Amino acid sequence: MPYIPHTQDETSAMLNAVGVRTLDDLFADIPAQLRPQNFHLREGMSEMDVCAKMEDLAARNNAKVISFLGAGFYDHHIPKAVDALASRGEFLTAYTPYQPEVSQGTLQAIFEFQTSICRLLEMDCANASVYDGGSALFEASMMAIRQTKRHKLVVDEAVNPIWRTMLTSYTSNLSLDLVIIPHSNGVSDQKALMAAVDESCAAVIVQNPNFFGAVDDFTALFEHARAKGALGVISVYPVMQAVLKTPGEMKADIAVADGQGLGLPLSFGGPYLGIMTCSKALVRQIPGRIVGRTKDVDGNTGYVLTLQAREQHIRRAKATSNICSNQALCALRSLIHMSLLGPEGLTRTAELGMENARYAAQQLSALPGVRLLNNAPYGNELALVLPVNAERIVNMLASKACVPGFPVGRYYAGMENVLLVACTEKNSREQIGILAEMMGIALRDAAVSEGA
Amino acid sequence: MNTLFADSRPGRTAVLPKQPQHKAADMLPANLLRHAKPRLPELSELGVVRHFTRLSHRNYSVDANFYPLGSCTMKYNAKFMEAVAALPGFTSLHPLMGQMQGASQYTQGALEVLWDMEHLLCELTGMKAFTLQPMAGAQGEFTGVMLIAAYHRDKGNKKTKILIPDAAHGTNPASAALAGYEVVNIPSKDGMVDPEALEAALDDDVAALMMTCPNTLGLFENHLPVIVEKLRRVDALLYYDGANMNAIMGKMRVGDAGFDVVHLNLHKTLGTPHGGGGPGSGPVGVSSRLEPFLPVSRVEKQPSGEFSLSYDKPKSIGYIAPFYGNFGVVLKAYAYLLRLGTSGVTRASEYAVLNANYLRKKLETILDIPYNRICMHEFVASAPEGTRALDIAKGMLDCGVHAPTVYFPLIVPECLMFEPTETESKETLDLLADQLAAIVKAPDLPNAPFHTPVRRLDETFAARTMVLTEDMES
Repeated sequence: MPYIPHTQDETSAMLNAVGVRTLDDLFADIPAQLRPQNFHLREGMSEMDVCAKMEDLAARNNAKVISFLGAGFYDHHIPKAVDALASRGEFLTAYTPYQPEVSQGTLQAIFEFQTSICRLLEMDCANASVYDGGSALFEASMMAIRQTKRHKLVVDEAVNPIWRTMLTSYTSNLSLDLVIIPHSNGVSDQKALMAAVDESCAAVIVQNPNFFGAVDDFTALFEHARAKGALGVISVYPVMQAVLKTPGEMKADIAVADGQGLGLPLSFGGPYLGIMTCSKALVRQIPGRIVGRTKDVDGNTGYVLTLQAREQHIRRAKATSNICSNQALCALRSLIHMSLLGPEGLTRTAELGMENARYAAQQLSALPGVRLLNNAPYGNELALVLPVNAERIVNMLASKACVPGFPVGRYYAGMENVLLVACTEKNSREQIGILAEMMGIALRDAAVSEGA
Repeated sequence: MNTLFADSRPGRTAVLPKQPQHKAADMLPANLLRHAKPRLPELSELGVVRHFTRLSHRNYSVDANFYPLGSCTMKYNAKFMEAVAALPGFTSLHPLMGQMQGASQYTQGALEVLWDMEHLLCELTGMKAFTLQPMAGAQGEFTGVMLIAAYHRDKGNKKTKILIPDAAHGTNPASAALAGYEVVNIPSKDGMVDPEALEAALDDDVAALMMTCPNTLGLFENHLPVIVEKLRRVDALLYYDGANMNAIMGKMRVGDAGFDVVHLNLHKTLGTPHGGGGPGSGPVGVSSRLEPFLPVSRVEKQPSGEFSLSYDKPKSIGYIAPFYGNFGVVLKAYAYLLRLGTSGVTRASEYAVLNANYLRKKLETILDIPYNRICMHEFVASAPEGTRALDIAKGMLDCGVHAPTVYFPLIVPECLMFEPTETESKETLDLLADQLAAIVKAPDLPNAPFHTPVRRLDETFAARTMVLTEDMES
């Protein structure tokens, strides 16, 4: 029996000690009518056979596709030391650090993560993580609503549409007013955003770089929000934050992110890492676990979960959030990743992506009929307008093991010809050349068949 | 132990990508750039490795220590599960590839895992359909409550309240409140949901009752059939908190028992590692009347055998996760279910319950056990006269055992909740009984622990001084 250590003799002795004859006697409290009529999961398999089946399933995916997919989730190189350290049993199989005396490894790592993330985003405080960037955006919205006691959220349409969909889904039973401000050709319409932020607004929510890859400065918008008593909320991309103006410099109140790009594999959708930071004034509103430094009875430095009166196990229905398990191991991975890269390594990673994106922009916009969506400054990702339906081009290239990017028309009506192309340090100039060549051929074939 | 920042030296590097040809300042205007490089740690690779290796030595973990934590199911995390989740064929997949017609051919293995896992969970629980999107148990609870709300809205029912037993886990009322419901507490009687108290609280405004079974006292809720029938009469739904599922695999299928919506904790029942606080996974199963409301996307198998994602579900509550859930965690739980199979999961529950009852008998003369009868996979005890649960917990740390759950559920004074799980041996349980016998008599127990990396920490000082980052240290 896998993982059950009991021998026949031990089982008998234990049944005896409990005062029952068989294992089934222990379930006498379950009435007969509640027992399963059928229960056929499958035959159990040996470890060898399960591994073979899983390897077969893994092989039915294609890890060798050349990909320029981003849209909030990026393929970065992860140093092997991240896996080696994060997979140590003492981290992997540890419990939530509710008994701090025996959890100093986890607790100190979270403290170091909080510090590193705050320094990267130049914000005062961070929590130990929430699930992902989308739930972080939701929790930030709820913080603003609780803090200001207002019910309106002004949201830039250029914020990741996947996360905006989550925000709508999560808040559908609360009487909130979600005002979406349309983007202007892939650039945030700051004038319209400012006009929408009034005294009934809890927060204005923007993203940098935005979903289309454009880089902007929201300092003036946040100042305006502050004058109206609303909070400035920004969602950022942690790798690009190595070089971009920080939420702290923009005087944002809350800055969130998905930390997937910091040492987490793409892994078909998760687990990822919800990062939340805020100003010191808002720390009692932030959900989730927070670690603080203190001393023990001998005067030694130690770390504990703190400000727990915000959380579900104390406040129950009045908690700041229902979150319990978060993404602790993912936060640890991101901390190890940030420690290995350091300021210089993370900066180079951002710059290599940006360089590659500029080379891709140059090569692709040289193709007939292809142009950049706008002239806005961009980071490692940009939007191109194709002369034909973008999803069609994606499917044509995908059949040849190259995924050129994400067709944004899935989320933005009227933009069916727009393709979002991301580059990281992993995309070589050679790959970008192949992409341009293949796209050129595909566009020609598409034009021919459309003309026919 | 030093922090990373104390060990940093300016200019020290570990993993350095190649030098780019351009700097950020060449590619973007100055007003869009940060003023100085981020003050991240600067260590050598060996320095990083030593730091985290030494940190790891300051943790207890299932790999090294017994964790009899009630309602957490700290069972052995099998190593082969880690290996399968790390296969590059899974880890390298960008989630958007599954959504694009031309690229989804490269994700067929992953889509099959999702599809097959949903079927296995249906068979395990007797529910009709599953979503794997919720990224933890609490998020599963929230999803379940949103599904209940969608059902009532679709029927035109005006329901404002959710009933929750006083012994429930804190995430239950927190999740209900987050979904916009008023929470009404139902007092327990003899440690179980009291059908009379339920009747008194039931009216047309009640959307649902949330239950854990066995409950947080480790007792099987044997008024269940009466409860199901009462709820049906006011069209209220029944929610199952699956945190204690480890007690009943193969012994009861909650779908057959009349539950409408269920969440599971893969990082408990299906043995995926706790990771120091996540990532978890909280899949939600539903009866057929709730299926139309499940989050999108849904994985479908075409007649050709190909797997694809469907978003065409007009009554769906939308997105709970950005994609398909914590896929890396689902992979591990899937491998676990394949490994154990029907007889393996049944045996797991049988031995989980045997171990709990055996430990209960061994401890009945040492601690006060309020419901001293056959329990399920966990049981509660009160610290004996003259001792406190907190001190006993700290005393256990000195013996190399992690403390049990303490001060929960709230209805038992000086509560200690023990759940040994099926993967612990008889001698580990015998040893714990001997250790506890000594602990409750220890003269300096209020000062324990003595032999851990740090001793009792001043939590008041932490909350008052609020040093939450290195830079907040005055």
